[in-house]
Amino acid sequence: MATAEVSPASTGTKKTFKVKRYIPSENPKKTFFTEERGLWAWLTTVDHKKIGLMYLGSVTFFFLLGGILALLLRTELLTPAQTFIEADTYNQFFTLHGAIMVFFVLVPSIPAALGNFVLPMQLGAKDVAFPRLNLASLYIYIIGAIFTFIALASNGLDTGWTFYTPYSTESTSSVIWVTMGVFILGFSSILTGTNFIATIHKLRAPGITWSKLPLNIWALYATSIMQVLATPVLAITLLLLTMERFLGIGIFDPSLGGDPVLFQHFFWFYSHPAVYIMIVPGFGIISEVITTFSKKHIFGYWAIALSSLAIAFIGFLVWGHHMFTSGQSAVATSVFSFLTFLVGIPTGIKILNWVATLYKGSIEMKTPMVYVFVFLFLFSIGGFTGIMLGALSADIHLHDTYYVVAHFHYVMMGGTLIALLAGLHYWWPKMTGKMYNEFQAKIGAALIFIGFNMTFLPQFIMGSQGMPRRYYNYIDQFTIFHQTSTIGSYILGVGFLLIAYYLAKSLMSGERAGSNPWGSRGLEWQSTSPPDLHNFDHTPVVINGPYDYHKPMEEFQLGLANAHDEKH
Amino acid sequence: MANHSTSHPTHVQHHFVDSDQQFDTAKLGMWVFLVNEILFFGGLFCAYIVYRAWYPELFQMAALELNTFWGAVNTVVLIGSSLTVAMAIRSAQKNQMKGLKINLLITIALAVVFMVIKGFEYAHKFELGIFPGDFYTYEGLDHPQANVFFGIYYMLTGVHALHVLIGIGLIFWIYLRARKGEFNSEYYTPVEITGLYWHLVDLIWIFLFPLLYLIE
Ligand code: HEM
Ligand SMILES: [Cu+2]
Repeated sequence: MATAEVSPASTGTKKTFKVKRYIPSENPKKTFFTEERGLWAWLTTVDHKKIGLMYLGSVTFFFLLGGILALLLRTELLTPAQTFIEADTYNQFFTLHGAIMVFFVLVPSIPAALGNFVLPMQLGAKDVAFPRLNLASLYIYIIGAIFTFIALASNGLDTGWTFYTPYSTESTSSVIWVTMGVFILGFSSILTGTNFIATIHKLRAPGITWSKLPLNIWALYATSIMQVLATPVLAITLLLLTMERFLGIGIFDPSLGGDPVLFQHFFWFYSHPAVYIMIVPGFGIISEVITTFSKKHIFGYWAIALSSLAIAFIGFLVWGHHMFTSGQSAVATSVFSFLTFLVGIPTGIKILNWVATLYKGSIEMKTPMVYVFVFLFLFSIGGFTGIMLGALSADIHLHDTYYVVAHFHYVMMGGTLIALLAGLHYWWPKMTGKMYNEFQAKIGAALIFIGFNMTFLPQFIMGSQGMPRRYYNYIDQFTIFHQTSTIGSYILGVGFLLIAYYLAKSLMSGERAGSNPWGSRGLEWQSTSPPDLHNFDHTPVVINGPYDYHKPMEEFQLGLANAHDEKH
Repeated sequence: MANHSTSHPTHVQHHFVDSDQQFDTAKLGMWVFLVNEILFFGGLFCAYIVYRAWYPELFQMAALELNTFWGAVNTVVLIGSSLTVAMAIRSAQKNQMKGLKINLLITIALAVVFMVIKGFEYAHKFELGIFPGDFYTYEGLDHPQANVFFGIYYMLTGVHALHVLIGIGLIFWIYLRARKGEFNSEYYTPVEITGLYWHLVDLIWIFLFPLLYLIE
């Protein structure tokens, strides 16, 4: 039996522990699936893994809904004139597509679904700090969803996902239901963020100092800070909007002496940080996957860790770049433009460090890694076009065109969603204990990559030529771009169906995944697949960093030796 | 299996190592939540600042419509309740269960007094026709945007009053648990974090009072 000198999170001072090696079983008899079974046990569980999976299910459901809407929108755009739906219906569809994808899919996707599952495991904790709040956040999410469905069933929504006043105070669609739905959803996001911050500060296993935190944890930490600081502003904004509609309090209404641009300020004060709430957790996944499949220490650990915090900070100061054409003062626009350029720096730092990590690594092209390359390619395009939009003179021309649509799809879908797919394929064996079909998965990734570029590259071109966003018909000049885009979207749809197919199949007839199929050094892999109800059957002790691939595996499988062991 | 068979006192949940860790975690969680509350109100304060900068004379005129005397009384009442909630925590730390329960009850009583006074203030405004937004019919204020001031007034005080109501509910729940003897000097985390929340509710009022009532 060995000893190790490490510092537990709760005290911070070094202590000597008796440790021994725990090798996870390759064929566990007891997992969180086999314990606490049955529908009721799931619905009332406080286990972060089950809650994470239920979130994953909900998010997938909404992704399907948002995706169907997207395909309908693209189908309408097959021909310059009306193809098959009315203009009003089109307005409703793009609004719901945007609102669902942003608020119900991307914001909760990585933190609440994958993050919930792996965060406590990466910290060597048994659960998140407040397990009951965690469950509450899931139910709050579902209540928010019900409100949105009520809106769907009544008058729909046609304001765009940004709910701009004054139209949103006058529209006859169900603005209040949706804003209340999103308001409620915000609390679920706040609870998750609060929970993660407390967990990361207080529940780390002995030895996990701040310099040994996995970068996924740093990313979720930065995300949680943004969730806690930005979401309440969205909440109060939506509350004011609701009151504006109910009572006409006049704060955003010019005819009563109010100011609609103030709404835009409030909205973007949340929603710009929100784009980083969506992408930063994706950064975390990329850091994990890229090291595992390069079998190499991450390049620039601190640069990547701290740039997440830098993004979180600067991200709060750039909201004005959405309002360059809303009549802001020239000084304000210049300052916001400058700050927008600044935010590209920490983002660029990350990309360069990831690429440097690949250098001289022994790269293994498994599906998660394929998605990492897709991410690097697509997200870089998204980021660079963002910088172009941050340039004032260019933005005056490009604002409210398809160029912006292409930009944010490259970052949100090409960035966040691809990172989510990387993470899903990476942790799938851990979560389910099953392997998916590697060949089919690569075909799926290829379809997504091709379909994605076909859908959104043409949008940059037509946007720069003046095709405005949010129109259901267009002049003949743009036909070829729109049709390419529509066909691309069908390919994307097929890609997602394929993914759904082989993942579902793996659950039924997939090969058993071992405890650590990728040979990762991450703590979450040092438990069985799927994990036991309490994650580890010992208290893990960590002496190495999470990316120390030059050290032998046995140094990563340590846990407290207990009195019981000594007697034998 | 070392990590779930250690001897835990009953109030320590299974995923914590010990009572201290649980206490620190709960407190940190509450502080994070309070930061979130500050930003929530921050949005409203921001609207306040913008409109006060645009219509300074309106804010001066409208503030005269508010009853400074009762506003001041309410400020004193809330500060008093902050004191009693702090004394409740002190009692819990010293294991004085009687003091804990009495202080909690006084806090609730003061919070109710606050709400009653606020209710009378609102009722008086409604009698004059000072309703929010579209329903505003008061003619005594000669300013075209008078309703905007009261829009902000009702939002700020209304959201704050909602927080007071939630606080009353929480403190009452703590009181019920105290009566069942759940707390002692070893374990009083819920008392402490509810106290933190209550202090924030008071603090926000301390900002609201001069910003709305005392404009010269
Ligand atoms: C390098 C970093 C980035 C920069 C410099 C940047 C810059 C910009 C600018 C200037 C605009 C406004 C364009 C206009 O409306 O005229 C914009 C729009 C947008 N960006 Fe980015 N962006 C960046 C990254 C991201 C990321 C990571 C996301 C999301 C994951 C994102 C999502 C969006 C969305 C959703 C919009 C459009 C919102 C709307 O009007 O509906 N951006 N971006
Ligand atoms: Cu932005």
